[in-house]
Amino acid sequence: MAEQRVLVIEAGRTERHYWADLWRYRELFYFLAWRDLLVRYRQTAIGVAWAVLRPLLTMAVFTIVFGKLAGLPSENVPYPVLVFAALLPWQLFASAASEVGGSLVGNANMIAKVYFPRLIIPAGALIVSCVDFLISLVLLAAIMAWYGFVPDWRILALPIFVLVALAAALGAGVWIAALNVRYRDVRFVVPFAVQLGLYISPVGFSSSVVPEQWRFVYGLNPMVGVIDGFRWSILGGAAQVYWPSLLLSLVLVSIVLVTGIAYFRSTEKTFADVI
Amino acid sequence: MSAVIKVEGLSKCYFIDHRPGPAYRTLRDALANRATRVARRLARPLAGASPAADEGPSREQFWALQDVGFEVEQGERVGIVGRNGAGKSTLLKILSRITDPTKGRIHLKGRVASLLEVGTGFHPELTGRENVFLNGAILGMRRVEIARKFDEIVAFAEVERFLDTPVKRYSSGMYVRLAFAVAAHLESEILIVDEVLAVGDRQFQDKCLGRIEELSTGAGKTILLVSHNLDVIQRVCNRGLYLRQGSIAFDGPVDRALHEYVTNTTATASSRPLEQRRNRYGSQLLAASGFRIVDMHGAEQGVLQAGGDFIFVVTCRKSAAIGDLRDVNVGIELKDCRNITVWLAYSSFTRDSFSVTDDEIAVKCTVRDLNLAAGDYSVTLFLSRGEHEVLDCVHDAAMLTVAGGDYFGTGSAGLPDHCRTLTRVGWHVTSARGP
Repeated sequence: MAEQRVLVIEAGRTERHYWADLWRYRELFYFLAWRDLLVRYRQTAIGVAWAVLRPLLTMAVFTIVFGKLAGLPSENVPYPVLVFAALLPWQLFASAASEVGGSLVGNANMIAKVYFPRLIIPAGALIVSCVDFLISLVLLAAIMAWYGFVPDWRILALPIFVLVALAAALGAGVWIAALNVRYRDVRFVVPFAVQLGLYISPVGFSSSVVPEQWRFVYGLNPMVGVIDGFRWSILGGAAQVYWPSLLLSLVLVSIVLVTGIAYFRSTEKTFADVI
Repeated sequence: MSAVIKVEGLSKCYFIDHRPGPAYRTLRDALANRATRVARRLARPLAGASPAADEGPSREQFWALQDVGFEVEQGERVGIVGRNGAGKSTLLKILSRITDPTKGRIHLKGRVASLLEVGTGFHPELTGRENVFLNGAILGMRRVEIARKFDEIVAFAEVERFLDTPVKRYSSGMYVRLAFAVAAHLESEILIVDEVLAVGDRQFQDKCLGRIEELSTGAGKTILLVSHNLDVIQRVCNRGLYLRQGSIAFDGPVDRALHEYVTNTTATASSRPLEQRRNRYGSQLLAASGFRIVDMHGAEQGVLQAGGDFIFVVTCRKSAAIGDLRDVNVGIELKDCRNITVWLAYSSFTRDSFSVTDDEIAVKCTVRDLNLAAGDYSVTLFLSRGEHEVLDCVHDAAMLTVAGGDYFGTGSAGLPDHCRTLTRVGWHVTSARGP
């Protein structure tokens, strides 16, 4: 009780201590992430099994459709490994973005009844997807061991691309989350967009199948850079990165993240009124 | 002693949508609207000067709070009363930083714990133990703080044996007890409480009240409390703040504030003379001239209690142009805040029609065991000859407020937001595989 903070609430004033507040509420972030994890893996007895099965089945289907039936080039790596290396970042992005996007509406009653920096909720929602990602990562290691595939030094760059994927997911997610509070039809669009994204991103195939003159434009899909980066660092020299499109992706991810957070913060104050 | 809460010129404005269609906005509509607006502007470039005009008629401003100002000293226990929609909850929401004021400023000195709902963030799948930590964190407690008080919280809630059971298996009583226990152990200098005491059984409500009193007198906490239960306010608070239509109507000692509130509610109900109302229809051969509610001893009542006995008195004046009136029926209809009729008494239902020979009569309708949930109701009066000839019909003839009371004898208030009428029934369970 020694410190007597004086708090001033004033109309239209942006929170001066917003980021400090965010830090002070970090324990709430841990607790929300922990709650989501507990609930997810407790409620569904097959929670972990699901996290294993989903990427495996997708990989099998893509390998057969794109690798065998369509006969797309495999860059001298086993096609399943090629697919799985791209499925990792895609699933991380897709599940994190939808999880984050629905997080505000999912915690509506908390928002209406308690104060805390609202950014905590989407940030906490990101964590569950990270755990699924780790499970998939172990799976990838197993598959690579099965094919006797050893990565080289490039694997050290993997964490960077994971961060980029997370930044992309958080950026897209907070946009969706904030829009979702205001416009309730957004949630119908998201699953469709995710579905579509899977096919316009180089998940089932290598982005080298895209004609050279279109490679840069293809990079307008920010996930192209991330997925290429993943393949590059996991598959070693086998997969080439088209650097201009990677850079374009990075720039786009930053823009989405910064504008997403800015939009989130500008609408944050009205969440409780409209949710 | 210095003010720990200082509120100056606080106002909050909401926009009410009057557009038809779904209650929520859709992105599709928003985009379509914007496109139309752009198209319109392109078509008539000079007319685009006032873009707000497009939104004009469909949106209406509503000032939930208007220029509210007060100061609270440390250790004061302030009870906030007022009708539904007077701005009580909005005030608490702004003080707890859940929503932003439109105008004005607030200075708060010290840590604020606000309890606008019991068990916010409780997850049914998690155990009692897990929920204590989660809920504590949501309310702003640190993990070490929760761990330190854990035993105390559990003891207060009396759920020791069920700590590792998911709360979805808890009885509603246990659930509420645990939730309140966490909140009651918050360390803060200012405690903001909204109506949460309306839950749990009588015994536990008393325990909660005791805890609040203990916190305020013992620990010198400042307390702001909103409740429809005037007894609770009287017991806990030493200062009362009466809000009316978004402004402070009275600020002072709790007894006087409650008195103001109760008498004012009666006063507004009978202030506009019914006889002078023009928004009525019917032949006016007999017209309603007054409406009041008294208890069984004849004392006028401002606020009614569910489960209580009352007499609704309708006074009527007969037109001089006519002789005796026969076969007259009187109807009293109550509408809730959504303008839905939830209660109707009509003398023809029980074949209680009567004759009018005097110039002015008082029709008394005895209501026993009032089965209305807490809230405000608008009274419609209806006079007819036979069942079809309308003599007089006045909407919003008066307002009545139901607050508190104990209809079920369990302390439960029912679910006033969900269902306006209360019904007492018997429950029995037998085997379905009967002979």
